[in-house]
Amino acid sequence: MNITLGHYLTVGAILFALSVIGIFLNRKNLIVLLMAIELMLLAVNMNFVAFSHYLGDLHGQIFVFFILTVAAAESAIGLAILVQLFRNKSSINVDELNTLKG
Amino acid sequence: MSQTLQTSQLLAVPLAPLVGSVLAGIFGTHFGGNWLGRRITHSLTILGVLVAFILSAQTLWSVAVDSARFNETLYTWMVVGGLKMEIGFLIDGLTAMMMCVVTFVSLMVHIYTIGYMEEDEGYNRFFSYISLFTFSMLMLVMSNNMLQLFFGWEAVGLVSYLLIGFWFNKPTAIFANMKAFLVNRVGDFGFILGIGLIAAFAGTLNYTEAFAKTAELASLTLPGTEWMLVTVICICLFIGAMGKSAQFPLHVWLPDSMEGPTPISALIHAATMVTAGIFMVTRMSPLFELSDTALNLVMAIGAITALFMGFLGLIQNDIKRVVAYSTLSQLGYMTVALGASAYSVAVFHLMTHAFFKALLFLGAGSVIMGMHHNQDIRWMGGVRKYMPITWITSLLGSLALIGTPFFSGFYSKDSIIEAVAESTLPAAGFAHFAVLAGVFVTAFYSFRMYFLVFHGAERYDQNPDAHHDDHHGEDHHDHAPHESPWVVTVPLLLLAIPSVVIGYFTIDPMLFGDFFKDAIFVDEDKHEAMHELGHAYHGAIAMALHAFSSAPFWLAVGGVVSSFYMYMINPAVPAAIKRACMPIYNLFENKYYMDWINENILARGARALGTGLWKGADQSVIDGGIVNGSWKLVGAVSVLTRQIQSGYLYHYALAMIVGVFLLMTWFVWLK
Repeated sequence: MNITLGHYLTVGAILFALSVIGIFLNRKNLIVLLMAIELMLLAVNMNFVAFSHYLGDLHGQIFVFFILTVAAAESAIGLAILVQLFRNKSSINVDELNTLKG
Repeated sequence: MSQTLQTSQLLAVPLAPLVGSVLAGIFGTHFGGNWLGRRITHSLTILGVLVAFILSAQTLWSVAVDSARFNETLYTWMVVGGLKMEIGFLIDGLTAMMMCVVTFVSLMVHIYTIGYMEEDEGYNRFFSYISLFTFSMLMLVMSNNMLQLFFGWEAVGLVSYLLIGFWFNKPTAIFANMKAFLVNRVGDFGFILGIGLIAAFAGTLNYTEAFAKTAELASLTLPGTEWMLVTVICICLFIGAMGKSAQFPLHVWLPDSMEGPTPISALIHAATMVTAGIFMVTRMSPLFELSDTALNLVMAIGAITALFMGFLGLIQNDIKRVVAYSTLSQLGYMTVALGASAYSVAVFHLMTHAFFKALLFLGAGSVIMGMHHNQDIRWMGGVRKYMPITWITSLLGSLALIGTPFFSGFYSKDSIIEAVAESTLPAAGFAHFAVLAGVFVTAFYSFRMYFLVFHGAERYDQNPDAHHDDHHGEDHHDHAPHESPWVVTVPLLLLAIPSVVIGYFTIDPMLFGDFFKDAIFVDEDKHEAMHELGHAYHGAIAMALHAFSSAPFWLAVGGVVSSFYMYMINPAVPAAIKRACMPIYNLFENKYYMDWINENILARGARALGTGLWKGADQSVIDGGIVNGSWKLVGAVSVLTRQIQSGYLYHYALAMIVGVFLLMTWFVWLK
């Protein structure tokens, strides 16, 4: 079986859909939320790489590196916020965190 | 006497009373620490008015003898666009005559006040006010532009307000001064509209400059309408005159203004201030001559006032109110003369009226003093033998008022009747009837008052509500009247002289000479009343002799005789007439229900309108709709949007993702 661009894009779409579902269905854990966001970025990366290969243009793969870097920084910050949040609230339960409510 | 009038001399005329007034007002009252005693205060203010009178007399002399004229702007207050606001004097026959009348009557009233207000706590304040009034009135008559005229107009209104409410502890006085002020506001509103129209279309407030543009004004119509501009201007100005000169329907304040002390009733509400309207219309004669419509209105209003206000004088029992209604009626006569384009006759009557009406008022005041502040003529009688000087001067004043030949009032009133008879305006027929009937009415109420006060049985002790609270230090059990001190009787005598003779001496130059030739403009082709009057006139004596065979004289005699019969011979007649004509009597008693209409329809209507606007517009629309409505709307919207802001991260994330999807859908599919 020949693996075409369509297959790669399908994998990316499945990954993205999974991460979206992860965000919505998750009611317990903020860490899962962060992971779902990471997964979403990876799905995007997958598309970038697939198109880059398909079009023979390396710019897409270079962009993936940028995204990975930013994602790493972002998750570091996210985890740091999470630690602080746990110290203050003694909970990382998403359902209990509604202090943003106006 | 030099040919030209000196600026400094003219300036001194209004400023001398002002200085007196300011000194008396600041240092003579509690305000400035009561530095000046009564004697110094009245000396100061009388000196100021005396200076003004002497200089006015000098001015009149140079105007009349050397035909000196003065028309200059002394000071430019400000320039707005092209409109100059200035202070200046215009001295011609009209002004000089008014200056003399004002200062002379004012001087008499100042002297009289020494006696009349002797025991009043507000002695110094009173002198300050009447001097201030003299200043304001002089500024009004000497002005050469409409702004200064308006300033004087408002200033005399203010002083009138202050003086009507002089006894500010008396609720009726406070009511009366508020009424005078409010009714005058109505008139002043029309007046300022008229001035504004002149300023807008002639571009100037100066008399001479404005009158130079009359031809231009006459060709214009009020923008957006078919109305002649001049007619609108004249009617607006005349509404001002109606307020100040107490013409029907704005007359209601004058009878009530009798709440003030008697000297000011004489000075302000008989001799000078109320004639300001007549003076103003005369001054504006070049404009009024252009509009027959306005002249008709003037004549009709004057005729209504002359006749119907005279009727009210028939049934008044308050001595001052009889004179007040007589003043209203005489002001109506002057207005009728204005309507007949006989401006000089109106001013002539203004002058003679100023003297004999001031005399009558001061005489009434003297009687009131003699009667221990009782003003009800039903409880007087027989005063003649106790107060001989008051009696004789009042008799002369009454004779002048009813138009006895050779007296001053005769010349002016007869000229008015003749002028109306010659007028060709549509209103002239009614006006002629009104002024003729007015002669009878005037004679009747004047002599009714005269007989009740000075003749007949003494009825002092029959007064059921005699009040013993007047602040006299005298013996209250002694009810017999007493003659007033010399400060009261001397002004009476001095006023009696012009009341009797001034008409005889001045009718020639004022009516048929050229004393007013550059002050009053009459379009003789259209309004020939004055011209015809001149033809019929053959000297003052001939005029008086001719009167014995004319209707007005016999009407006046009829009035005197019938009042003599009713009040001296057969006192049962008035009561019988009263019973027979109860509805008419009630109508008169309630002053044609004008006060009722004003209070219940106009005042209540205005208050209902105000309440409606307050509740309907202010509270519901502005407060409820705009001010509170906006925050309520924001609140309602935020209640809805707050539901979206749940605080849960996954809600936000969902919103973001949905947003991204929508954006992408739009981007991919719809673009």
